[in-house]
Amino acid sequence: MHELKFDPGMCGRCTTIDCIMKCQYLHYDLKTALSEHERLVDGEQSTILTDCVTCYACEEYCPYHNHPFYLIVDRQEELGVHPVPKPLEKSQVVMMGPRGKIRPKTLSPPVINMCFFTVMNACIRGRLFEGASLIGGSDIFCNLMFLHFARNSTIRQRLPQMIENIMKNYLEPSGVGELVCYHDECYGTYTSWAPAYGIEVPFRPVHLFDFIYRRLLELKADIKPLGVTVAYQRPCSNRLCPHTDHFVDDIFSLIGARRPKREFEYEHALCCGGVPEAQQRFELTEELQAKNVEDMKAAGAQYCVFNCPFCFWTLAERVFKAGLVPIMMSDLCLMALGE
Amino acid sequence: MDRDYTELLHRCFRCGWCKLPTNYQDFNCPAYLKYRFESFASGGRMWLIRAWLNGEIEPGERFAKILYSCVTCRNCVEACALPNIKDRLVDIFVAARADLVEQGRIPPAVRDYLKALSVSGNPYKMPQEHRGNWAEGLGIERYHGQEYLFYVGDVGSYDEVGMRMARSVAALLQSAGVSLGILGEEETSDGNDARALGEKGLADYLAGQNIGTFRNKGVKKIITLSPHGYNAMRNEYPVCGGVFEVFHYTQIINLLLGGRIRPGEYLKRVTYHDPCYLGRWNNEYGAPRRILGSIRGLVFVEMDRNRNNALCCGGGGGNFFTDMLGTGPDLSSRARVREALATGAEIIAVACPQCYKMLDDAVKAEGAQDAIEVKEVSEIVSASWGSHL
Amino acid sequence: MDQIHERLTEIVGAAYVSDAAEEKFIYSRDQGVQEPHAPDYVVLPGSAEEVSAVVGLANREKIPVVPMGGGLVLSGLTIPQKGGIVLDMKRMNRIIEVNEKSHYAVVEAGTSQGMLDAYLKKHHSALKHSLPDAPPVATIAGNIAIHGSGHLSQSEGGFHSEMVTGLEVVLPTGELVRLGSCSTVPGWFSRAPLPDLVGLFLGWNGTTGVITKVGIKLYPRPPYHDVLVFMTEDIDAAPDILCRIINTGMAEDINYALAPKPDYLNGFQMTVINITAHSEEELGMKKKIIRESLRHYFETKEAGFMPVPPNLKANFLEVPQKALSKFADVRKGGGFEYVGAIMPLEKIPQACRAGMEITGRIGITYSLGARIIGRGHSAMFFFAYPFNRADASEVGKVARALEETNETALKLGGIPWKTEISGQQLILRQMDPQTRELMEKIRGVLDPNRIMNPGNWEVA
Repeated sequence: MHELKFDPGMCGRCTTIDCIMKCQYLHYDLKTALSEHERLVDGEQSTILTDCVTCYACEEYCPYHNHPFYLIVDRQEELGVHPVPKPLEKSQVVMMGPRGKIRPKTLSPPVINMCFFTVMNACIRGRLFEGASLIGGSDIFCNLMFLHFARNSTIRQRLPQMIENIMKNYLEPSGVGELVCYHDECYGTYTSWAPAYGIEVPFRPVHLFDFIYRRLLELKADIKPLGVTVAYQRPCSNRLCPHTDHFVDDIFSLIGARRPKREFEYEHALCCGGVPEAQQRFELTEELQAKNVEDMKAAGAQYCVFNCPFCFWTLAERVFKAGLVPIMMSDLCLMALGE
Repeated sequence: MDRDYTELLHRCFRCGWCKLPTNYQDFNCPAYLKYRFESFASGGRMWLIRAWLNGEIEPGERFAKILYSCVTCRNCVEACALPNIKDRLVDIFVAARADLVEQGRIPPAVRDYLKALSVSGNPYKMPQEHRGNWAEGLGIERYHGQEYLFYVGDVGSYDEVGMRMARSVAALLQSAGVSLGILGEEETSDGNDARALGEKGLADYLAGQNIGTFRNKGVKKIITLSPHGYNAMRNEYPVCGGVFEVFHYTQIINLLLGGRIRPGEYLKRVTYHDPCYLGRWNNEYGAPRRILGSIRGLVFVEMDRNRNNALCCGGGGGNFFTDMLGTGPDLSSRARVREALATGAEIIAVACPQCYKMLDDAVKAEGAQDAIEVKEVSEIVSASWGSHL
Repeated sequence: MDQIHERLTEIVGAAYVSDAAEEKFIYSRDQGVQEPHAPDYVVLPGSAEEVSAVVGLANREKIPVVPMGGGLVLSGLTIPQKGGIVLDMKRMNRIIEVNEKSHYAVVEAGTSQGMLDAYLKKHHSALKHSLPDAPPVATIAGNIAIHGSGHLSQSEGGFHSEMVTGLEVVLPTGELVRLGSCSTVPGWFSRAPLPDLVGLFLGWNGTTGVITKVGIKLYPRPPYHDVLVFMTEDIDAAPDILCRIINTGMAEDINYALAPKPDYLNGFQMTVINITAHSEEELGMKKKIIRESLRHYFETKEAGFMPVPPNLKANFLEVPQKALSKFADVRKGGGFEYVGAIMPLEKIPQACRAGMEITGRIGITYSLGARIIGRGHSAMFFFAYPFNRADASEVGKVARALEETNETALKLGGIPWKTEISGQQLILRQMDPQTRELMEKIRGVLDPNRIMNPGNWEVA
């Protein structure tokens, strides 16, 4: 059930192997890339499976949207490759598992899905989120993080229940059809992963930045332009929805923030380092974080804005020590509204 | 006692975090600081209340003293290590006191305070018509629809130090053009400390009296002199049906800074003592500091224990009137003065008439009159802003 | 008022003596599961002279005396088994001296861990002492007297009792004596080269005298901190993993733990490694070396370092950890007690299994783990059992589990630490008879009337 919609023929016809050749962490020549990729497609052991940082970027690189990353994760699981040490993996499976404590509730729109990060509820405040209802926790958790743990099976197993929980307990009783995703891991789940595995999503997911942008348009008169330079830490899950990236520019233009020209931006964005650290690749983690923050500094950034709480927790201290202010996008916008 | 409380008593581990501030520098529970028996710490109180309810000890004079020595400063609430009980600690002590009130087992000083309050409407047993005396000569009108009601409370109405403070605050607000009126003889005790002493019925009655008067006069916004009144009106009156917009006077001064209040110069080294009912009870730490910070030449120094770690003056929870902590160098007010002296401050700024009096007395008890002086925030602002007064 | 009460009042003042029911109740018990025994008097002395006078009086009148610090030992050592006087020492909390050059502090016996730490942070910020995991109201003297350990025990050489540079003690007959260098010269810098009498008062559970002042070693307080958490699911790997970390010489504190709750940690073990440094570079280098020492484990993916989110990291870096007190509420009942067995590192896997077996059989929950003492010279292995104080049956089960655990710890080749009276009896029975006799002789000389904390270390 819920098999990946992957077309091996499409990969067979591909000559550029963008998924591998554009990868910032696998440094293969075209010949090696072709052969390793072929092994991947054929379900054989490949260095791709052991060396993959699981940054999701190849989902964005593939010009055919043939889901190379989901394939990698499927293959890792089939062949028993554990990117992260087994105790960490097993513990996470239990930690993030549904508790079965969800109860129906009538909510008023906009309904904001905080994902597992209910600790971030305090970020939803002020005029930007006026009237919003918050939902979150383990019983509606998208579980997409298990892509980092070679556990597509966990997502496959849990996601349909999560979607049903959202619908039956929150959206249906409230007559609401839209769900604003605080974390773009959720948005990526509903707009990329679920369709790729043939799972129906009966509500309309809205990206947080899309929501914020529209709210800011309504509040335009109250915005005091910030006049600051802000680097954006693009999270891995945004690779599943690259079409939302323009909202960063749109929001910045409204709040008077400048997105500086950077080396590691857009398609070349660097991972925050959290996942490589979990993979025990400490030198790579150090290298990535150093390069990333240096790049932000070199670009003249005063702030580093985050969408993903996990990126924030991983990188905030380092960013701060480098003299930049780490901040969540919602808080940056609240600042512009004088809150 | 309410089952919600009795089911929490045995969950106290008596681990002692409740005795300390978060930096551990010294005991921060006034009752424990004074008496030093484990029984006088919050943990001791929890275990003794349980023992009482289990019939293991009789609620005698000592037991009542232990319960009533708590000044409801909420340091224990800040410091307790157990998230599931910490917020209820002071509520539990107050509930246990309520049981003692009901059984008539309260200390004489508490009995006298409550009696005076119910008979005279104030703990000083002073005539009600003297309530407005503090305002004589200031030209403040009775409340007749001005923007704010200035509620002064018992200490501001009858105590010499309190009256001085009330005059200072009123004069400053008047000179800033704040539209305010007072109730004078129509004002009744706010009931905050009666509630803390476990006399909920009396506290509710007093609240009802005030709420009725406020409503009859069309009061919408209230400025209180005392953080105790501020707490009662902000947190208790709504439960009794009285919803008003309530401010502590420092919050109003803070709002007017740079506009209608422009402090001048004050060349002193000043520290600030957080009142428990403004700070730990209502989370207002910023307004008084912003006011002091706006005064030119004023060198502001923090005591090591500040904000949510402040050591209470010992006057909370009714102890200002009942004096369950007595005298001696281990009084928290005296410890607080020593702490202020250690900062090199010449002035201890206060924002509560009870703290004012407690610390003023403690300065004398410490023999430190030549080194340090207690002043209230508006007095400092006015002194810097002399041309307006 | 009786004569003793009157005399005690004369010595310390009426405010600091109580024979009221409330104090008798509170001082008759501690937070653990041991039976209560009420004192006749609770006395709060304010000076060594007052302690001397109280103990002198007690000796003359043959009244038991139980010295008490923070009262947080959990195993009933300050419960007055035979009544008498409980001496609550916490009024004596002056910090007398800090010697920055010779790295020691002299404090009165009632000085709390938290107070000394705060004082050092404010006035001597480059120095610190070794804090135990007990709440900050625990006293320095109480902790050294029971051979406590803490966050510098691994890096700085052992038990807190080993960090003592001198003592001032009131003997059971009332004399005030000084031990260590302070007995001969003004400084409190060392126990050597004199005959070491300090040991007569360490580990004796207050049966040989009342400590009134302590000289304690201070250590550098590096400004940079971090924590690494290594996660495993193979109990047998513990000794090797711990040794690898210890042998790097890079860790300040090393703790090992396992518990069935929360669910996501059930079946896993965590080794928590605290690191301090004088610069970011040093911190990074230390982390690198420690990680490298465990490469063998994480490369096989059988174990690994856990990314630690900031809130959890803050908990791990807090000393003492407030979160540990929360363990008392695991059963929603305000209590836990533990057997802390001092044992060789190689016994850790067996100790873990024994703890799980005992608690499984008796039907209670647990937290197990170890703090490394010295450079792996021993471990303080804790078998901690929380209980609901309001549930007599659960309290009984925990008491039974503690007794069994004491026996098991001894069988494993460990020795229960600061153990209950029943545990002390188990130790004495297993002790070399000549050693036991020596202990008896020493007590006979020091405390001829056997007034000091009777019931403790008592040869049947």
